[in-house]
Amino acid sequence: MKPTIDIQGVWKAYNIGADRKYKSIRDTFIQLPELFRGYKQETFWALQDINFSVAPGESVGIIGRNGAGKSTLLKILSRITPPTKGEVTLRGRVASLLEVGTGFHPELTGRENIFFNGSILGMHYAEIKSKFDEIVDFSSVADFIDTPIKHFSSGMQLRLAFSVAAHLDAEILLIDEILTVGDAEFQKKCIGKMDSISKGQGRSIVFVSHNLSQVKQLTTKSLLIDKGIQQSIGPTDEMIHLYHENILNQQWKLFDKERNQSEDVEFNNCTFLDKAYRPLSQFETGQPVHVLIEIQNNTGKKLENVLAGLLFRNIQGSPMTGFSSNVHGLKLDLDIGENRIICSIDKFPLSPGYYTYNLILTKGSLTYNWMKEAGTIHVVHGFFFETGEIPSPGLNTVLVEQKWKKV
Amino acid sequence: MYKEIVIKPLNSLTTGWKEIWQYRELLYFFAWKEVKVRYKQAFLGVIWTVLQPLAMMLIFVLIFSKGLGLYTGAIPAPLYYLCGLLIWNLFNQSITGAANSMVGNANIIKKIYFPRLIIPLSAILTASFDFVISLLILIVFGLYYSLKMQLDFEVLPLIVSFGYAYLITVVLAFGIGTLLSAINVKYRDVRYALPFFVQSLFFITPVMFDNESLNTSFLRVVLALNPLHHAISAVRNTLESGYLNLSSISWTMPFILLIIAISGLFVFRKTEAYFADIV
Repeated sequence: MKPTIDIQGVWKAYNIGADRKYKSIRDTFIQLPELFRGYKQETFWALQDINFSVAPGESVGIIGRNGAGKSTLLKILSRITPPTKGEVTLRGRVASLLEVGTGFHPELTGRENIFFNGSILGMHYAEIKSKFDEIVDFSSVADFIDTPIKHFSSGMQLRLAFSVAAHLDAEILLIDEILTVGDAEFQKKCIGKMDSISKGQGRSIVFVSHNLSQVKQLTTKSLLIDKGIQQSIGPTDEMIHLYHENILNQQWKLFDKERNQSEDVEFNNCTFLDKAYRPLSQFETGQPVHVLIEIQNNTGKKLENVLAGLLFRNIQGSPMTGFSSNVHGLKLDLDIGENRIICSIDKFPLSPGYYTYNLILTKGSLTYNWMKEAGTIHVVHGFFFETGEIPSPGLNTVLVEQKWKKV
Repeated sequence: MYKEIVIKPLNSLTTGWKEIWQYRELLYFFAWKEVKVRYKQAFLGVIWTVLQPLAMMLIFVLIFSKGLGLYTGAIPAPLYYLCGLLIWNLFNQSITGAANSMVGNANIIKKIYFPRLIIPLSAILTASFDFVISLLILIVFGLYYSLKMQLDFEVLPLIVSFGYAYLITVVLAFGIGTLLSAINVKYRDVRYALPFFVQSLFFITPVMFDNESLNTSFLRVVLALNPLHHAISAVRNTLESGYLNLSSISWTMPFILLIIAISGLFVFRKTEAYFADIV
């Protein structure tokens, strides 16, 4: 049997730099002399030589970091944007859910929106009509179906939108991270529905998500991409493992001086110390940590009243928590030459996992240095709470002190 | 059972009518949504569709026939101005709606695939809906004149002439509308140029006057090149003579229409693949 999706050598380029999001004719005229002088726009390859295929009934996940090209690939598959090179063959009807509720209009009623949204997604009137009751039933907003959806809660809107999408009769479903919103119960229902669509009804699913546990639950095979380049394709478990390893291999450095963005004010080092000021290479959740930041001031003058900041991101790239020198009103002056500052954290709040951190040095709107992904830290299990329990383990979250009692 | 879709870098330049036919329900739904949404939370609702041309017609009658004493031939002044206004409104609404349609639906374009031509087409369909509704005013006035003033109107030739005028207007609006909507995606200058453009066109369209009342031959030539002139004249001439009178048509008109429509379509098809990247 032929694969439902066949991707052969797909490349996608975007022009960046000179090309602003929207231009006026004036801008084009201004750029004319540059064009004549052989001025070139910078080309950014969002995807480079992607090859894979999806068999009928197979569900494939696409994993990778922020900006790896996952969404671009999905956009090409759903025909929203064409590839620059290469070819994709789709065998069957395609339903793409890049965003639930696309085209939902607040002034239209639930009923009207089902018809409009369904038709945008490619359903015929007769089809929507025959599935109407099923859709309303799944969304459980039956009581409000004739109310304009501007009066719906966002959760209700989402449920309605997903219900329409879930009832598409397509051989190929393209899904982008839509399940990261909505309450847990409905998420479970959505995952269950999609699972039954792929396994029970033999449809192919391509699923993109930052949430690796969802990818694992829904797909058997995955494609790992990084910076637009296909790293590997294989069983999802292996790919997730490889993904973690890749990230760690690439940047498993506590501090990478190369990532400095400025030479005037440079970060010389950033070290993590335990409560006795001994260096740590990995540390436990909840343990006291001192962060020693060494800054080299090469400007030749004293910098007064600056702000130093430290921001942690999880490996998916989402910001987790930040630390900033001004929270208690510290007036931080940087002398010429080397400066050392310490940020003390009583209980390190990140749950077990890998995190990258940014170092920032600013004054008002002026940024002296913004060192992205200055380094990577590894947090292991520890006793943030005296029991050692971690709420929602595996999700790389920030822990907050909490007290529970029955009232 | 299923059809094979091949996604390649640059689609060959086809008109894609077949695909639009497949998506005809979506075209209808877009127009239906526009109509539904437009007058939500407006107290008078759909009455606005009738009120606007009606008020404009009254102003024209007051200023041009009563005030300036312009002669409108054998046709009663209200009917004379209504014919021009209805066709002009159809055109104006179509191109304004189409020009802004791609940018207005950017969030849908960026998320879902469908033939992009559906969007400007639906703007024209919405304007056509208004056109049909506002024809009611014309019918009411026509009935009044035939009952009270014993004026005879030949209904069938009138319907044919209106159909003919509608066709010219819509084809012209399609060409200009698709062109403007495609340009608007990249250059937002369209937004600022459009009202000025529409206003200029209004002056070379015989809504308030007709060709015979112009005494500069240069202006007559300009007018003759404007397809809307032929549309409005066909209706007025038929109204006046009582039979299907298309004498105002010049042989250049179909060519002008065709050139405008094809160049609009060409530019649109050429750029539509990248709309999602730049809108």
